[in-house]
Amino acid sequence: MNAKLIGAITLALLSQPTLAQDLVVRGERVHTVSGAVIDNGIVVVKAGKIVAVGNERQVQPPGGVRTLSAKVVTPGLIDAHSVIGLAGYLNQPQDQDQHDPTGPIQPELRAIDAYNARERLVEWVRGFGVTTLHTGHGPQALVSGQTMVVKTRGETIDEAVLVPRAMIAATLGAASRTKSPGTAGKQISMLREALIGAQEYQRKLRAAGDDAAARPERDLRKEALVDVLERKTPLLVTAHRHQDIVSALRLASEFGFQLVLDGASEAYVVIDELRLAKVPVIVHPPMARFVEELENASRSTYRKLADANIAFTLQSGYESYVPKTRVILYEAGVAAAYGLGAERALRSITLDAAKILGLDARLGSLEVGKDGDLALYDGDPFEYASHCIGTVIEGVPVFEGSR
Amino acid sequence: MRTLARSLTLALLAAAAVAQELPHAFVGARVLPVSGPPLEDGVIVVQFGRVRAVGVRAAVEVPASAKVVDVKGKVLMPGLVDTHSHVGGGWGADSSAPIQPDVRMLDAINCRDAGLQRAQAGGITTINVMSGSGHLMSGQTIYLKNRDARTIEEQCYRFPDGTPMGGMKMANGTNSQQDPPFPGTRGKSAALVRERFLAAQEYKRKLDAAAGDPTKLPARDLGHEAMLEILAGQRIVHHHTHRHDDIVTVLRLSKEFGFRVVLHHVSEAWKVADEIAAANAACSLIVLDTPGGKLEAMDFDARSAAELERLGRPDLVGFHTDDWITDSRLFLRSAALAVRAGVSRETALAGLTLNAAKMLDLQERVGSLEPGKDADFLVLSGDPLSTYTRVEQTWVEGSKVFDLANEADRLWAEGGWGAGLARAGALCCVGEAVK
Repeated sequence: MNAKLIGAITLALLSQPTLAQDLVVRGERVHTVSGAVIDNGIVVVKAGKIVAVGNERQVQPPGGVRTLSAKVVTPGLIDAHSVIGLAGYLNQPQDQDQHDPTGPIQPELRAIDAYNARERLVEWVRGFGVTTLHTGHGPQALVSGQTMVVKTRGETIDEAVLVPRAMIAATLGAASRTKSPGTAGKQISMLREALIGAQEYQRKLRAAGDDAAARPERDLRKEALVDVLERKTPLLVTAHRHQDIVSALRLASEFGFQLVLDGASEAYVVIDELRLAKVPVIVHPPMARFVEELENASRSTYRKLADANIAFTLQSGYESYVPKTRVILYEAGVAAAYGLGAERALRSITLDAAKILGLDARLGSLEVGKDGDLALYDGDPFEYASHCIGTVIEGVPVFEGSR
Repeated sequence: MRTLARSLTLALLAAAAVAQELPHAFVGARVLPVSGPPLEDGVIVVQFGRVRAVGVRAAVEVPASAKVVDVKGKVLMPGLVDTHSHVGGGWGADSSAPIQPDVRMLDAINCRDAGLQRAQAGGITTINVMSGSGHLMSGQTIYLKNRDARTIEEQCYRFPDGTPMGGMKMANGTNSQQDPPFPGTRGKSAALVRERFLAAQEYKRKLDAAAGDPTKLPARDLGHEAMLEILAGQRIVHHHTHRHDDIVTVLRLSKEFGFRVVLHHVSEAWKVADEIAAANAACSLIVLDTPGGKLEAMDFDARSAAELERLGRPDLVGFHTDDWITDSRLFLRSAALAVRAGVSRETALAGLTLNAAKMLDLQERVGSLEPGKDADFLVLSGDPLSTYTRVEQTWVEGSKVFDLANEADRLWAEGGWGAGLARAGALCCVGEAVK
């Protein structure tokens, strides 16, 4: 990093008025994730964006700007797959909007129409340094609906939302089995039929061109799937059994959509297939219950995927009971202890997660130009006895305390 | 050790017997006896399945005949006592009635269930296995020594007369409310429980009046017999309760009928810590990552342990896994998160061991590393309250039942192909002898 240049920028900033989204964060250890750890580091956020990162010799913090200090500073954490905000902490029918059981394939259900920005679970994970959530419809139907990316801030969806439609959530295996689809074969058959229907709709749209009169009637369901076919929206496929994982790869190969694999508790037996298909994996939480479809899950999967150079991250996932959500900070700590290592575990829930969500230009590391999203800790973030003492989104402290 | 060739099992059994007779000295570790302060460069001598000596190296005489095991750089602590678990796949009461004290977990548990192996991988050597909270009284719990057993008979703790030890599972709050004959309200729940205790008292009066005369004895009633064990103080009530008002109701009923009770889960203990302390009621706490998930856990807070400690009652603090609510392999984590919420390290560790043993009347046998107690201990890679620490070995009565260096055992610790299957092998095991 060019220290002179940073200094010049900082001086230039000094002459501008201070905004609510201006902040200086000092850390005894600053984990930039994209580069080396900085001892006695300083991060300067101006108008919500990072404008300087470095040590005390490299960065002259502007005066008159609020300063937060912590032992350890990291990028804001990214939970690459959650359902909170749609699923609420009461776990009563009125606060469970992550799954509508009236149909097996409902890609038209938008997450933005169902998100409760004031949900206590959102407030809860924010207190652990989580600044970004990929959340939405849950892994409980063949196609349960859309997902989105939000920042863990705001009182309305509009204040929170970053990507209104991130992916479309599909689920194979037992979790989406009903009277019909009642088997694995039927699940894939129904998905293929839906995608073929969307291809037909796509052909009609293309044939009509600009001729509004010739266009087929609008069909929200097919519109959503056309965007999957056109690789505008990835299909997030939750699959745990190895045969379901391979089915997802087969489906992606047939229709050419962008596949993001989710859950994947038996991924370690199809490593070669995953590497060949270049499919990113959002792996189950390491503290997920290893029962039923997860009976063969392993806490060594993270290390194995890392060693195979397969893009992966962790997730808090979906929980139907207690605890109603997992906390990605805790999950990454366990992954670290079971062979992934602390450095890689942190990268996995920051920069690697941002890449899988296609947001690494904005999120995931402490670099000039990125969003001023930070998490502050009073010790090693993964140590049980440490606390998150601050969470910052785009320069604004959204949590201060000790959790 | 379950992958060891079966043909070697008999030889191993013989070796184990020898190992028990030969003293073993584990030297050089940081030893956390729980009953006393940490010992740097400590020594534990084990023989005949019991702890023979514990102390710093200079203070402990290692017998010349002892096999010396170098555990320098490791941390040793007592085996963990899980006061509330559902491992073993057993079901108790069957929803035909809300109160079923006659039903025993003893008759229901699969002692080869993978859950018991995972518990070994988590360092759990004593387990109170119980049925669920869907009844006001769902049956008798069982206290298990988590050795590799062929049958449940080999696994249970026993009174001197050979009777298996256990408590009684009770519950109030929302889980035990259902359609009739179950209660629909909290008031009805308490009334049904009071009626049942009164009936047991009446049964006792008839028994006493008969004074052993068989012609006057009332007909045997398995439920009442178990209730009488509660009233006599030899069967502790393990009571599921979350909300502050439900907790206070348990204390009220305990006082009315004079039964010994351990409060379980106690999500809102922090709201009524004064009342709990005054009632001298031990708390087996659940530690959750997140509040909610059910109405009665809305105000769960991990600071309950710290609140009891602040009131001068660290002795009332214990923890449990409630496996599968939390994972037996990560039981140490429950105490660590209580430290995060303000309790001292000492209380946290006691809550996993000695305090927990007291909740099962097993404090004379387990819960600390003291001469004469069972040689149930763990070899840890580091501090028990660190995220990065792994349980490397679990020893039960001087036999190693889990070793992370063993590939088959690692499967229980980390998961992987086949990890969900029950333990196989008809002759296996009494634990692996020191070789």
